[in-house]
Amino acid sequence: MSTRVFGKPIRRNEDERLLTGLGSYVDDISAPTAVHVAFLRSPEAHARIVKLDVSRAREHPGVVAVYTHTDLGEHDIELPLMIPHPCMPYPKTQRLLAHDEVHYVGQTIAMVVAESRYVAEDALELIELDYDPLPAVVDIEAALEDGASTTHTDSPGNVGAHLEQKVGDPDAAFREADVVFSERYSIERSAGMAMETRGVLADYDARRQELTVWDTTQAPLTIKGSLGSLFGIPYNKVRVKQPDIGGGFGTKVMFYPDEVLVPWAAIQLERPVKYIEDRIEHFIGSTHERKQIHDIEVAATADGVVLGLRDRFIHDTGAYIPYGIAIAQVAATQLPGPYRVPNFSVEFTAVYTNTVPVTPYRGCGRPQACMVIERVMDRLATEVGVDRVEIRRRNYIQPEEFPYHRGDILFADGLPVTIDSGQYDKQLDLLLETIDWEDFPAEKEQARAEGRYLGIGIANYVEGTGLGPYEGAHVQIEPTTGKVWVATGLTSIGQGLETALAQVAAEELGVEAHDVLVVTGDTQAMPWGVATFASRAAVVSGNAVAVAALEVRNKALGYAANMLEAATDDLELADGKIFVRGAPERHVTLKQVAIASNPLRYAFDDDARAATQFAPARRADGPQLPPGEEPGLEATGYYSPPHATWASGAHAAVVEVDIATGELTYVRYAAVHDCGTVINPMIVEGQVMGGVAQGIGGSFYERMAYDDTGQRRNASFMDFLVPYATEVPAMRLEHLETPSPLNPKGIKGAGEAGCIPVPALTASAIDDALSDLDVTIRDMPLDPCSLKAIIDAAPTR
Amino acid sequence: MKPAPFEYHAPETLDEALRLKSELGPEASVLAGGQSLVPMLNMRLASPEALIDLRKLDELRYINVADDAVAVGAMTTHRALERSDAAYSACPLIREALGLVAHAVVRNRGTIGGSVAHADPAAELPSVLVALGGKVKVRSLRGEREIAAADLFTFHFTTSLEPDELLTEISFPALEQGAGSAFLEISRRHGDYALAGAACVVSNGNTRLAFTGVGPIPVFVEGDDPDAAAAATSPSDDIHATADYRRQLVRVLTSRAVGLARERAQVSG
Amino acid sequence: MSSRNVTVTVNGSTFEREVEPRLLLSDFLRHDVGLTGTHVGCEHGVCGCCTVRVDGEAVRSCLMFAVQADGAEILTVEGLAPAEGGMHPLQEAFKECHGLQCGFCTPGFVMAASAYLDEQQRADLTDEEVREAISGNLCRCTGYQNIVEAVKLAAKTMYGAS
Repeated sequence: MSTRVFGKPIRRNEDERLLTGLGSYVDDISAPTAVHVAFLRSPEAHARIVKLDVSRAREHPGVVAVYTHTDLGEHDIELPLMIPHPCMPYPKTQRLLAHDEVHYVGQTIAMVVAESRYVAEDALELIELDYDPLPAVVDIEAALEDGASTTHTDSPGNVGAHLEQKVGDPDAAFREADVVFSERYSIERSAGMAMETRGVLADYDARRQELTVWDTTQAPLTIKGSLGSLFGIPYNKVRVKQPDIGGGFGTKVMFYPDEVLVPWAAIQLERPVKYIEDRIEHFIGSTHERKQIHDIEVAATADGVVLGLRDRFIHDTGAYIPYGIAIAQVAATQLPGPYRVPNFSVEFTAVYTNTVPVTPYRGCGRPQACMVIERVMDRLATEVGVDRVEIRRRNYIQPEEFPYHRGDILFADGLPVTIDSGQYDKQLDLLLETIDWEDFPAEKEQARAEGRYLGIGIANYVEGTGLGPYEGAHVQIEPTTGKVWVATGLTSIGQGLETALAQVAAEELGVEAHDVLVVTGDTQAMPWGVATFASRAAVVSGNAVAVAALEVRNKALGYAANMLEAATDDLELADGKIFVRGAPERHVTLKQVAIASNPLRYAFDDDARAATQFAPARRADGPQLPPGEEPGLEATGYYSPPHATWASGAHAAVVEVDIATGELTYVRYAAVHDCGTVINPMIVEGQVMGGVAQGIGGSFYERMAYDDTGQRRNASFMDFLVPYATEVPAMRLEHLETPSPLNPKGIKGAGEAGCIPVPALTASAIDDALSDLDVTIRDMPLDPCSLKAIIDAAPTR
Repeated sequence: MKPAPFEYHAPETLDEALRLKSELGPEASVLAGGQSLVPMLNMRLASPEALIDLRKLDELRYINVADDAVAVGAMTTHRALERSDAAYSACPLIREALGLVAHAVVRNRGTIGGSVAHADPAAELPSVLVALGGKVKVRSLRGEREIAAADLFTFHFTTSLEPDELLTEISFPALEQGAGSAFLEISRRHGDYALAGAACVVSNGNTRLAFTGVGPIPVFVEGDDPDAAAAATSPSDDIHATADYRRQLVRVLTSRAVGLARERAQVSG
Repeated sequence: MSSRNVTVTVNGSTFEREVEPRLLLSDFLRHDVGLTGTHVGCEHGVCGCCTVRVDGEAVRSCLMFAVQADGAEILTVEGLAPAEGGMHPLQEAFKECHGLQCGFCTPGFVMAASAYLDEQQRADLTDEEVREAISGNLCRCTGYQNIVEAVKLAAKTMYGAS
């Protein structure tokens, strides 16, 4: 094939509009007649509302409506439990608008609709809210103690979920072990913090009973189905669109109260209603993740081969548990990392607290699990007296062991964990070369002589990606432009999906990637699919596009064979043309085939006229469209993966610690990433580098700080410290391609990977930098103050 | 995050501005560059009844460099002063500190007068002014007076200006021949308010230090003893650092800033 | 709270509007003028998504009221490309270097960087200089490295010896 676009660093189709200010984010959609929403949100973490009087707000000039839960009628509901599981004794989800009890600072209590957001905020100040504070649950360990106050007064305790899982015989492993130790590790709460906040614009056409919703969601089809069923509107009359999304990171997968209330208000008012969350609201109203405390016991041989692990951890789920146990379960399944670990048990308790609800944020439990297992490996290396590289090599799953069955532990897709492929030793070799591992001791010594403390850290991870159940794609050769039209049920959240999927289609159809128009985030373009999350878009949607594109290719060749009066086997497809092999002058363009494939040939342009000069696309004696055939050159394809495919990676960094101030600088960073067959290496590198920056944020800058009463202490970009360019180091990236045997294209997911190993390797690098002191980092993120305290507390060796 | 309504005044002259200030008193906030005020308005942490916008007062935009001082009109932007080579020659401490004030885009709008009058103890310029022993001019309908930097800052976000007074000029003493200066700070991210910062001037064997972020006002210390400097401060705990840690930073910054200023003094002297 | 008349030149065209004094310049540009390329990410002056150029200088449009821009010349991302078509070298460089993903922060970066390049007028920018120059803008997608590369490439295109 002359056009090879798959695997190439093709520049992105979406860039030009985004660079020239012509993107269409939800707040960019022109709606001159729209009214605007502001929410009264709970100022208390846990309280009983004793008075809520909105009458003055309703009278304020410019206010269109003010709603409390009593106004919602049959729609005064709790949001759905997205992923149920029997291990949740009393699963709690949020009401659209609070009743008499609020459970976190930021919970929606009342909704103001006004002629402008300015006026809506004015009206918020006129709402009278009185409440009796109740004890707030914030500390996840204290929450589990006997007699602890409860997050929800109508629940007997704070246990949101409890699950024990076991693989092999861990107790026997501990009996046989030469080396046994235990450790406690923790990671703090953070959040995705996309640069675009969430937003919803809804427009209801009462005459036609059609609801159109522009929503920053990563899951438009979920919203479509939910709104249709809630409001009794036919599925095909609810259209959810999101032309461009300013970053997702998981936060935008969740189903939020405003996503129901704004369309509901648009139906009530018969006017477009817009809600654009502001940044403060995003900090207190959109979901968080990461807080976990792990207590792990390790059993190993004297050679450093891990025989067994016993991990018990507490997971903070916030005030509600809408996403079930997804995060904790992902952490549990990824705890053994790329290592054999034949015996292990994991027991977790998800704990309710009076804080913002917790749902997956890029990484989804993996940064925590990676931190635990990689810290364990570092400790084990010290215990048995080998270096950090060797200890890992002794425990890696080897290439000949794949597919590697973890045993009786289920992944987020509900299927037993089976790691399909990987080359962990080779991956590590490449990493060590990239970070100049061999030369580092000399570099460290030199720096130390100058009074500087350099350290190097490594960490590796595996990531189950590409979860089912399925995705679909509709591929069509457009009869008017000849371009390839690809529609998927997914949204692009900025990761370059429009280009990556274009490359997949272009490869099958012999065209350039920029001649493929990919539409994402429009439920009318492709009404079937799941959503963009869990590093699944390229894997599942990519293969679905390939299936559909291949069918279009075969159809095109069949039609062209008739048109050119040649045998299909004698035809080639390249550069948008189908020609007879050896006689390229005998050709038709894909556009001409598309025109000819429709018995009604529009004859308005040269191609249409040309198409009529060929023999018909179909050779039928009877009707021109025989039974079983369809007009148009198009196909719909689906792909459903057998189970998750496992990507992997290894990262390393050199850091410098200022022992006088506790400041940390990332000196350089290297990453080797294996996401199977790469569709576009430029896009994958971008994904990894962005993830690393988030990981750096989660290692030394970002944490969601709460005080003892459940008040947020840093709900702004002034105090929640997303790193700037000045905090993120230069990175060197290398690709390793171990194609997944599970799908035709060999693709594994890449979206979340970058952030996973950063806290683990940062901890490792700090330990190394402070090797003169007896320091072990066990809690992430750090900051200069906490690192300085650790340095000061260390007994100098 | 939209500001509450306010009356808006944009006086054409300083006299008109003074009249408004006199009439409206504490009900009105003065809008200079707005880089500190507007975020507070957007978050509705401040809801003044009126704003007096000084943007039309070109008479307050100047940088006069004399032998003994750099006199800066209050509406001069950080960037204008940062770019002034003459100001840099006379008093290098200014540019060094300004480079640490937020980010370039903020400095394009932020004004010297606004920063000083805002009296944020975590800001860089007040410490620079105190370390240098500078002074400001303030005006009201009642007349003009000078306030020494040492008397200007009275508490968090509070100065000794009367409600009817406007800050019109900031005067930074020029660095003497053979003297050296340094501004160092430790912040969480580049451009953030410092966890602690130090402005240092070494001249004729005297060492003058003023610290940011470790008390309700810039903390002035004479001498180069890190422990004495730390003892003079009164930092508090916040989400970014403890008071003890900030005292430790004061010790480190004292050594480093004094060392650097002395090094520079030797080079120039 | 009386309205004020504001006249501004945006990307070479003059707009006259009656506005409330409290209307932020970012909202004015987006919703009154209809130029939605300027984005709003935080409204407290940290993220830089709303960066535009006012009388040449890069500023945060969320920290200015529209009334303060009366009489000013404003350049937004929509006005950066040459009138004869195509993209500005910075925009080209961002595409070439994959300096954007979701694109939400991108107009702010491009406008801040354009002011920086116009001021520097040189091709030999170091990584450190560029990182400092764009350090008032947050990006959550790229990890910044490709943005740094893009700004350096644009400097070479605009000011390099050819």
